[in-house]
Amino acid sequence: MSSTAQTAPRASKAPRSPMAPPRSFLWSRRIFLTLLTGFVLVPVYVMVSSSLKPLADVSGKFRWLPSGLTIRPYIDIWSTVPLARYFVNSLIVAGAATVCSVVIAVFAAYAVSRYSFRGKRVFTVTVLSTQMFPGILFLLPLFLLYVNIGNATGIALFGSRGGLILTYLTFSLPFSIWMLIGYFDSVPRDLDEAALVDGCGPLGALLRVVVPAAIPGIVAVAVYAFMTAWGEVLFASVMTNDTTRTLAVGLQGYSTLNNVYWNQIMAASLVVSVPVVAGFLLLQRYLVAGLTAGAVK
Amino acid sequence: MTTTTAASADSGERAVPKDSPGAARGPRRPGRIRRIALPYLLLLPALILELLVHLVPMVIGIFMSFKELTQFYIRDWGTAPWSGFDNYKVSVDFSAPVGKALLHSFLVTVGFTLLSVGLCWLIGTAAAIYMQDTFRGRGLLRALFLVPYALPVYAAVITWVFMFQHDNGLVNHVLHDQLHLTDKPSFWLIGDNSFYALLTVSVWKGWPFAFLIVMAGLQNIPGELYEAAALDGAGLWQQLRRITLPSLRPVNQVLVLVLFLWTFNDFNTPFVLFGRTAPEAADLISVHIYQASFVTWNFGTGSAMSVLLLLFLLVVTGVYLLLTSRGRKTADV
Repeated sequence: MSSTAQTAPRASKAPRSPMAPPRSFLWSRRIFLTLLTGFVLVPVYVMVSSSLKPLADVSGKFRWLPSGLTIRPYIDIWSTVPLARYFVNSLIVAGAATVCSVVIAVFAAYAVSRYSFRGKRVFTVTVLSTQMFPGILFLLPLFLLYVNIGNATGIALFGSRGGLILTYLTFSLPFSIWMLIGYFDSVPRDLDEAALVDGCGPLGALLRVVVPAAIPGIVAVAVYAFMTAWGEVLFASVMTNDTTRTLAVGLQGYSTLNNVYWNQIMAASLVVSVPVVAGFLLLQRYLVAGLTAGAVK
Repeated sequence: MTTTTAASADSGERAVPKDSPGAARGPRRPGRIRRIALPYLLLLPALILELLVHLVPMVIGIFMSFKELTQFYIRDWGTAPWSGFDNYKVSVDFSAPVGKALLHSFLVTVGFTLLSVGLCWLIGTAAAIYMQDTFRGRGLLRALFLVPYALPVYAAVITWVFMFQHDNGLVNHVLHDQLHLTDKPSFWLIGDNSFYALLTVSVWKGWPFAFLIVMAGLQNIPGELYEAAALDGAGLWQQLRRITLPSLRPVNQVLVLVLFLWTFNDFNTPFVLFGRTAPEAADLISVHIYQASFVTWNFGTGSAMSVLLLLFLLVVTGVYLLLTSRGRKTADV
């Protein structure tokens, strides 16, 4: 980016042009954004409205408006498949993966951001390049590895929540480290040097100075990690059994029955989406701020 | 806080804090060793986990691709006989059924990825630029646009499966019953239409990510640039071409690459949309390899295909980075 322009004080968040934009621009914006809103909202509408319809409405021809509203699907979803168990499993797996991933990423990003050491470049390149691996490449070897570790040490990784937590936290780790490096770089070094001089150890400086200053970035990373773990299907479908099954696989249980209860499927989809969508929308400001400060710089 | 002045305000290379806080700590040897080891200790958890879950399995995967690993050896896969390059030969023998199917799946994936990434980028960038100025309802719209990205993949894709149903889906109801565009209701999840169904879902799910990243990138463009351009008489279109798009270049370089890799490797969307066996027209490579490994229990060939896929992605990424970085340098100078 052109560095000359950035030496000017960067206070201005002024509208980008003093003149009012021409009418043609306003009209094209209106049309584009309206169409896009329709595209985005139609599936959301289908999900919400179908979840409140009686079974007859979703089995016959599609209808935009329900013939009658019912909350039965929301009651039935818990008994058709053991949804509550899947829900708890998903919460445990995604929650633990998020916490571990964030803590590990904070330490790693702090090392890369604040120290110069041998192998730094190799580390960042290697970690980032794991993002490129097709999941299918290490699905089977990982499966065999977990089984062998289980046989050798007695630590059950295959089929357990622990194995899934371990797998998921490494999925979000590369992106989290990468984003936090950018974010920590934007926290002035003077701050943690002052803390060092005042007698904090390096870890004290990290926890008392850098982490509080980087909270938006850390929140953004946590949101990302949680969403990654909550939505993953491939590894969940191979690495879980009946007791550890997560929502990603469990939800498919509704459609394997003789009669496809679309109203229940939509109700269940809505129920499992609410925690992540609500969390995401509440915290999306941090995500944008975190991306602005970190990843896209 | 008074001590901050001791650290020079702008000494450029200050990545090594152990030199700056003063000489008093110099002679304490255990402290020095600790300080040298510290960055490695901080990295250790991340490193071990990445090794365990990504790098070691990758090496095992490469190892397996040279073995004749069929269902007879799956219980004790170490005893499977070596097969040299046989698995690779089978995979790339395009005159035999296995190789032919793989080539077809590869071509479908390339076409699908190019279209999906292009559309996601275009829609995301257009939306972000249209929403650069403040207007009433912008915050609400922004939150709304991020919903497809925030929804768990399976919940979103299952909804699309319902919409694409032949008898009771919304798509056929609108296209056939309401708009009369088709003679009879179409099948969307089998046959040739499945490609467009997959593309629609993929774009619906993917464009908000491009929107999010471009939006973040736009916030780093200083407002003075636009003010100066407007004073010089540049119209909106010129501001877009001369300021917005060039400033977004570094963001786009990463964004397009990430979108490409995610779309090319996407497993979740086709798997939930079509189930274990995808229709031929939408047979993406990840599902194809999954199918080749788990349905026929031929893990050796499946591993060889995965390794070929990885090699392809490495080459494409390398060439892409080389081309875009060089283009960027010459453009800046």
